[in-house]
Amino acid sequence: MARSWALALAAAVAIAGVVPSRAAERETIVIQHIHADEEAAVRKFNRENPDVHVEFRQVSFQSLLESLPVQLASGEGPDISMVADWGGLSRYYLDIRPFISAKEAAYFEREFGNILVPMRGGDPKSNAIYGMAGAVTLNGAFVNVTLFKQAHVDLPAPGATWDDWAEASREVARATRTEMPMEMDRSAHRFASLALSYGAKLVDENGRFVVDAGLRTAVKKFVAWHRNGTMPMDLWGAVGGTTHLDRFSDFMNGKVVFYFGGSWSLFLMDRNVGDAFDWKVVDAPCGTAGCVLMPGGAAMVAFRHTKHPKLCARFLAFLAREDNMREALARHANIPAATSLVKSGVEYPNDSERVRDALAAFTRQMPNVPAQAYTFQGWRYQRAALNALTTRISQVLTHELDVDTALAFVKKDVDLAIEASRQ
Amino acid sequence: MRAAHTGYKATLVPWLFLTPNLAIILLFSLGPVLINVMYAVTGTDNLYPGERTFVGLSNFSTLLECRNYLEPATCSRDLFWRAVGNAVIFVPTQVAVMIGFALVTAIALNRRIRARGFFRGIFFFPVMLSPVVVAMTWLWLLQRDGALNGILGIFGFDRVTWLTDPTRAFAWSVFVTVWAHMGFYTIILLAGLQSIPADIYEAAKMDRASPWRVFRRITLPLLKPVLLVVFILAVIRSVQTFDEIYVLTGGGPGTATKMIVHYIFDTGFAVMPRNYGLAAAASLMLGLVLFVFTAIQMRLARGAGGANG
Repeated sequence: MARSWALALAAAVAIAGVVPSRAAERETIVIQHIHADEEAAVRKFNRENPDVHVEFRQVSFQSLLESLPVQLASGEGPDISMVADWGGLSRYYLDIRPFISAKEAAYFEREFGNILVPMRGGDPKSNAIYGMAGAVTLNGAFVNVTLFKQAHVDLPAPGATWDDWAEASREVARATRTEMPMEMDRSAHRFASLALSYGAKLVDENGRFVVDAGLRTAVKKFVAWHRNGTMPMDLWGAVGGTTHLDRFSDFMNGKVVFYFGGSWSLFLMDRNVGDAFDWKVVDAPCGTAGCVLMPGGAAMVAFRHTKHPKLCARFLAFLAREDNMREALARHANIPAATSLVKSGVEYPNDSERVRDALAAFTRQMPNVPAQAYTFQGWRYQRAALNALTTRISQVLTHELDVDTALAFVKKDVDLAIEASRQ
Repeated sequence: MRAAHTGYKATLVPWLFLTPNLAIILLFSLGPVLINVMYAVTGTDNLYPGERTFVGLSNFSTLLECRNYLEPATCSRDLFWRAVGNAVIFVPTQVAVMIGFALVTAIALNRRIRARGFFRGIFFFPVMLSPVVVAMTWLWLLQRDGALNGILGIFGFDRVTWLTDPTRAFAWSVFVTVWAHMGFYTIILLAGLQSIPADIYEAAKMDRASPWRVFRRITLPLLKPVLLVVFILAVIRSVQTFDEIYVLTGGGPGTATKMIVHYIFDTGFAVMPRNYGLAAAASLMLGLVLFVFTAIQMRLARGAGGANG
C-alpha cells in the first residue's frame, strides 16, 4: 500500500515538473502603486483578460522616490509603476506607441497631451508615449471658513494675492486665538506655486535653473512670513535637508486658518473632520505674475526592461479607458487629468458635498495651470532643484544664509547636479 | 625529510583553517571597500560600473575645494563642511558626556544597592531598541504638541520650541544619542570595574584613603585599558551617528545637526540625481580619518598596556 502511494506521489511530482501550469504559461507583468485600492483596476483587467496576468504590489511613496531609481538603474524593478518624478526617470520609460494602434495613440495625445510632454524629460524631438495619468494632483489652499465667520472677517475674493491671504489669516488668528495663521507643507513643490505666481521661471529653454526676481521675491516673502509669525517654524524651520514634512493634521484640528497643501489630502477631510467645522478649497492665491498651482501626482509608466512590452501597453491603454479612469477617480477623490474628463467632470458618489465642492474647485483651476508649471514638473533635474530649494530656504530661516547667498547656492547645487550626471 | 614535511604541514594547516574566514573577510569587507573606491573615481548618475566614466580624483577635489575651511559658505560642497563642523563639536561633546555618564552609572551599579539587577536592566534597555524607535519616541516628546510641552502647559508655562532652535536641537541630539547608547558602554565599564581585585580596595580602606583618592589612584588607573576601548568605540560610533538624528531633526533646523553620514546618505541616495561618486569619496575620506584615529588609539592602548604590564 505504502509502495503504491509512493509511486502515485512520484508520478504526480513528475507530471507537475514536466507539464507547466497554466499560470506559468501566461504572460505576467508586475505593477506597483502606493494605494492598495488601485488593485481594483488590476483585478478588473485580469477578469477581462484571462489569457494574461497582472500582479499588483503596494509600495510606499518613499520607495518610489528612493528605491525605484536604484532598481531601474540596475535594470530591475516592476514592469509598470506609479512615478512621481515624471521627467527624472524618463530614460527608463518604455515608449508604448509601437504597441498600440494609431487610434489609441491619438487618444493618448488628445487626453494626456499636457502630461506626455513633461514625461519626455524635456526632449523636444520626442513623440514617445510613455504612459498616462488618470489623475493629477494640484497644490492648493485649504481655508477654515468657520474661523473666518467667528472672526467676522470676509474671505478674500478670488484673485486675492498671497499678501491678502496672509493679512486676512493673521487677522482671523488674532481674533480667534488660533495658533497659526498660515502653514505650507515643507516641500519645495508647494513653494514652487508661490514662486511661479511671482513670475519665477525656475527652468529655462536650455534646461538650466533660473534665479530671477520672481524667485527672489517669493523667497523674501516666505522668509518674512516666518519672521513675523504668520507661519510657524515647525515645518520649514524644524528639520533640515530635503526632509518632507506636512502638518495637515493642524488644519484638520482647527489649529491653522490657511493651509497650503494639496488635493491628495481631500480624502482625509470626510474621514477626520466631517462636520466639525466648515472649510473650503479656495482659488489659487495670486502673485504679480498670476495665480499658479503646481500640478503633480502619479503617472503610470512602463519600463524598457520589461519582457512583455505589448502587455504593458495593453494594460496602460486599459487604465486610460474612460470608464476605468472615472472609477479610479471616484475611488480616491482625485482630480481628473484627461482633457475630456476635465471638461465633462467626474461624479464622486462616495464623497461629501464639501469634498465634491473642493474637487470642483481644483478641477476648475486645471486649465489655468501654465505651461511653465508643466515644464518645471517634467524637467529631468526638477528633483535636484526642489531638494536645493528646500535645504537652502531652511538655512535662511535659521539665519545660516541670507536670501541672495541661499539662491546662489540653489543655482550652484542644481548646476553641479547637472554636471555630475553628465560627467 | 620528515622534519621538512612536518614543517610544511605546520605552515599549511593554519592557512587551511584560516582560508574560509579570510575569504569571507575579503568578500564582505575588502570587496565593498574596493567597490567604494571604484565609485569614488568615476562619475555620472549611472549605477552600473560599466556605464560610469573615469574621473580620477575629481570627486575628492570637489569635496576639498574651499577658500576657507572655517567658513563653509566658501566651499564648493558647503553642506559637507557644515557636517564636518558639526561633527567637530558633536563628537567630543557626545563622547565626553556619554563616557562620563556611563562611568558614573557603572560605579553606582557596581555598589551593593537594592534592586541592582533591575537598574542594570533599565539602563541597558534603550540599547535594545531600534534607533528609529528611540528617535520617534523623543520626537513625540519634543514636538510642538508633544508630551514635554503638554507637561509645561499643565503648570502654566509657555510652549518651548525644543527642536526648531538650532542650539536646543543640537543639545537634544547629543542627549538622545547618549540616552540610546550609554547602557552599552555602562555594561563594558561595569565588567571592567568587576575585574579589579577587591583586596586592593580593602587595603585602601585599611589605609583610610578617601573615596575620591580611591577612585583617582586605584579605579581610574586600573580601568584605563577598558576606558580606552570604550573611548575608541564611542568615537567611531559618534562619528557614524546618523539614524537617530536623521529621524529626530533630519539634520536641521537648517544644517544645525547635519552629520557626515547624513551628508553621504543625502548625496548618494536621497537627492536626485544621485551622486554616487561624491558620496563614495566622502565615505572613503571618513573611513580614512577613522582608520588613522583608531590606529593612534590602538598605539596609545598598547602603550598603556605596556605601562601596566
